[in-house]
Parts: sequence; structure tokens; C-alpha cells
Amino acid sequence: MRAYLDNGTTTPVAKEVVEAMLPYFTERFGHPTFLYSFGQEAADAVDRSQKSIARTINAKPGEILFTSSATEANDIALRGVAYANHERGNHIITTNIENPSILRTCERLEKEGFKIDYLPVDGEGFVDVSKLEEKLNDKTILVSVANVNDEIGTIEPVEEIGKLLRDQKEKIYFHVNAAAGYARVPVDVERIGADLVSLSAHKIHGPKGVGALYIREGTPVEPVSYGYVSLFKLKPGTENIPGIVGFAKAAELAFDGFERHTNHMKKLRDKLISGFERVSYSVINGPRGDKRSPANVSCSFKGLEGESMLMHLDLNGISVATGSACSTTKLEPSHVLTAIGVKPEVAHGTMRFTLSRYNTEEEIDYTLEVVPRVVEQLRKISPVKPEEL
Amino acid sequence: MPVEYTERGMLKYTQKLIERFRNPKNIGEMENPTVVATEGDPTCGDMFKMFLRIENGRIEDVKFLSFGCAANIATGDMTADLIKGKTVEEAGKLQIKEIVDGLGGLPAIKMHCATLAYRTLKKALTEYKQKQASGAQAQPKG
Repeated sequence: MRAYLDNGTTTPVAKEVVEAMLPYFTERFGHPTFLYSFGQEAADAVDRSQKSIARTINAKPGEILFTSSATEANDIALRGVAYANHERGNHIITTNIENPSILRTCERLEKEGFKIDYLPVDGEGFVDVSKLEEKLNDKTILVSVANVNDEIGTIEPVEEIGKLLRDQKEKIYFHVNAAAGYARVPVDVERIGADLVSLSAHKIHGPKGVGALYIREGTPVEPVSYGYVSLFKLKPGTENIPGIVGFAKAAELAFDGFERHTNHMKKLRDKLISGFERVSYSVINGPRGDKRSPANVSCSFKGLEGESMLMHLDLNGISVATGSACSTTKLEPSHVLTAIGVKPEVAHGTMRFTLSRYNTEEEIDYTLEVVPRVVEQLRKISPVKPEEL
Repeated sequence: MPVEYTERGMLKYTQKLIERFRNPKNIGEMENPTVVATEGDPTCGDMFKMFLRIENGRIEDVKFLSFGCAANIATGDMTADLIKGKTVEEAGKLQIKEIVDGLGGLPAIKMHCATLAYRTLKKALTEYKQKQASGAQAQPKG
């Protein structure tokens, strides 16, 4: 049996999505800025796709900018807003558990003279809104917080943050990276009070190489790249039309059955969690219940190293991710696990299981059969005793 | 979770390495070893423990325990095979390259795994020699 449980990294493209995309490679291949019919077909496709995506987050179609990834969307959001508002202030607030596309961009902005505060989180990964409030000052121009943490599934209080920011005298723009949360938890830009929201297609059964940035009408954003402006000033160059069409189709599919899909994932998630809790010396990272992404299970198995576990699970047909340093070049454990207080020796034995609507109960049963066996096998050959960690 | 790569394909293991990782021949604890050495630190994500049984200056058996990645386990097993049956003198001359070559290569980022098994071996042999030196003075082997 094979079980792909790394949907937080990327997902298989839905067959309907591939079908929707195909004509845009060969028949409707035109450039959307040209008046002839080939061009108009492409432009219409972008319009329809903007509508489809906008509907899923309660936005207006014109507020959707297509990008090449959520990474690029985050870059445009952070640097674009920072550059456009630098005369008013140079202070940005984010958290220390954000995705590298946020953290690396913030580091770059620091080099350019911006001041960044990285908020700490509690043991379950929650941002403390009162701590965020303490950091606000008259130079603050932007706050960026992901609605769902991609490693431990914590659903952040973005609505509370949005309300706090709306209550300030001076406008503070609010960016939400929803790459991990989109199609897992509701994203309503009005309820959140978000000015910018990053989305990714390939994490919702769409194609790789396409993302989107919601930009609230009137939000000043400076371009961060330049070139031939086709449909979008902030994303010059020829649009990835098949990708955009695929993204829209993926969003339609995900949101047509949103409740059904997320309930399915929640059921599988809770089954995995209760199964892992029966494994000795295991710890579930992140919150339980409604404050956790339906798609995420993060579990530390003490006394073993995650890459070995990943490899053994792979040999059994199960694909998961690990927070172990051994799978990175830095040889440091995940910054998210460190931020929630997981000791490095435990972080190294942390596995992340991320679900999609396509996962089945049989796959979960199979995983729960294999995981305890592999844990036992690896603990037997480990010089590190789980009870001592 | 995001994995950062320095070079393309660097996390690709050879079939030889995967085979050793799946079926390490020398893994486990040893009762009454002549010498035991531990290197690494679980906080850094890898720890290696090596047991040697040495008789008349020859390594008769090698076992190891690993808290580490697939490369750690495979290099440990390779190292054990390479020194088994050799004299302490010969084992002391083992090169990291021999371990890596025995596995058909190792991704650059995993080189530290090969050195961990190697360093543990060096430590074990040093400890053995010290033990021999002090043992020879205190009570001649009988």
C-alpha cells in the first residue's frame, strides 16, 4: 500500500484540474494583452479565474494578483508594502514561526533598514495578541502572520489581530500568509480584516508554479520586479495562463465541498492523533481540536531520528515530512519546533503528517500499523533512551 | 516542512547505502565488549555508539547503536564491516574515503555522518590503547 501523507508540502493535481488546464496549452494559448481572439480567450480565462479565487476568500476579482508561488506572493506583499510605505514608517511585526519565505524576506528588509519584530509564540504555537499590541508603535506599517502554521497546524487568531490593527489611528497593513491554511480553514478577508493574503495552488490539488496575492483595493504596494506589464503591474511578464486556470479549478473543487472535505480530514487527523498517543514516549505538537488545522498532525517520537524514520516509512510506502535537522543543510532542527519549546533532541524525532481530501481511512489504518513498528525498530538500535529525554 | 538544499539532488542516496540502512548487519548492543565509545550529541541530531571485541590485538567483533539518519546507520555498518577481522593497527589506518566508497558515495551534506562513525572508531581505538598501556603496567595479561 502507498500513502501520501505530505500534502502540506505539495499535493497531487486533481484530474479535473489537469483537464481544465490542457486546452490552454495548445488551443487557447494566446497572450492575454492582445485584442485578437486568441488573446481574448486567455484574458477571459484570467478574469474568470480571478472571480473563482476571489469568491473563496470573500474578495473582489480585481483584488486577486496571480503570482508564480506563495513565496513570490509573500515577497510582493512584504517588500511591496514596505517600500511603498517607508516614508511613514519602517517597523514590521511578524512571528518567529513563519515560513522561510517570510523570514528570509524580513531579514533582507532588515538589511535595508527596516526594523522587524519577531513575536514569540506559546507552547502550542499561538501568537499572543496582547504581545503584538505592545510592539505596535507609530512607525509600524505592516504585520504579517500566517493563519495556519505549516509545521504544527496552529490556527492563529488572525481575526483578533485584524481587529486590533483596524482599531489603530494610523493604518497598519495586515498580511496573512494562507498557503498552509487555504482550503483547510475558512479565509474571509473581511472577517479577518486582511489587506493582503498569500495563496498557493499546489497545496490544494492545483499545479505547481502558481500562487496568488489578494491585495485590498487601495493598498499601496510598490513593484518588486520590473518588465513588460501584461495584466498585472505588480507581476510583470507573461501570465502562466494554464496554471492560473488550474488554480481556479482547484479552488472551485476544494470549496464546492469545503465542509465535507475538511470534516473528512478532521476525522483522519483525529484518528492519527489518537493512534500516535498510544505509542510510548510520543508527544503531539500544536493544539488539539478546533484550533488545529484539519490537515495537520505533528508528532515527536522520542529517542529516534526523523530522517531514519522518514526513510523507513518510505520503504513501507508512506510519505511524510520530518522536523529533523538531518533533512536540511543547516543541521539545525525546525525553527517552529524550537519556538514552541521542543528540545532539539526531541525535535529531531518529529514527524509531520499532512492530509488531503484524497486520503482514505485505509491509508490511516495502514500508517497506524506501520508507525509503531518502525518506532520500536529504531528505538531498539538507538543509544538514546526515550525515557531520558 | 521546508527543506533547504545547497545543491541539486544532494539528498539522493545510493542503492548500496539504502540496502545497508535497511539491513544493517552489525547493529545492536554487545555483551562484554573490550571497549565502548560514544560520539555525537542527540541535541545535534546524531549520536553513535560503537562496541569492539578485541582479542590478541585483533578486532573480532563490532557492533553499533545509532541515533541518526539513514547515512549514519549505513556508514556505521560499513565501518564495522571494514574493520572486522583487522588488527587494531590496521583499523587505525582506515580512511573516511573507504567508508564512503564502500557505500558507492555519499551526498556532500551527509559527509559528517561518515566522520561520526570514523571518529567513534578513532576514540574506541585510543581508549583501547590507553587501556592496554595502563593494564600492561598494572597487571600483565595472563
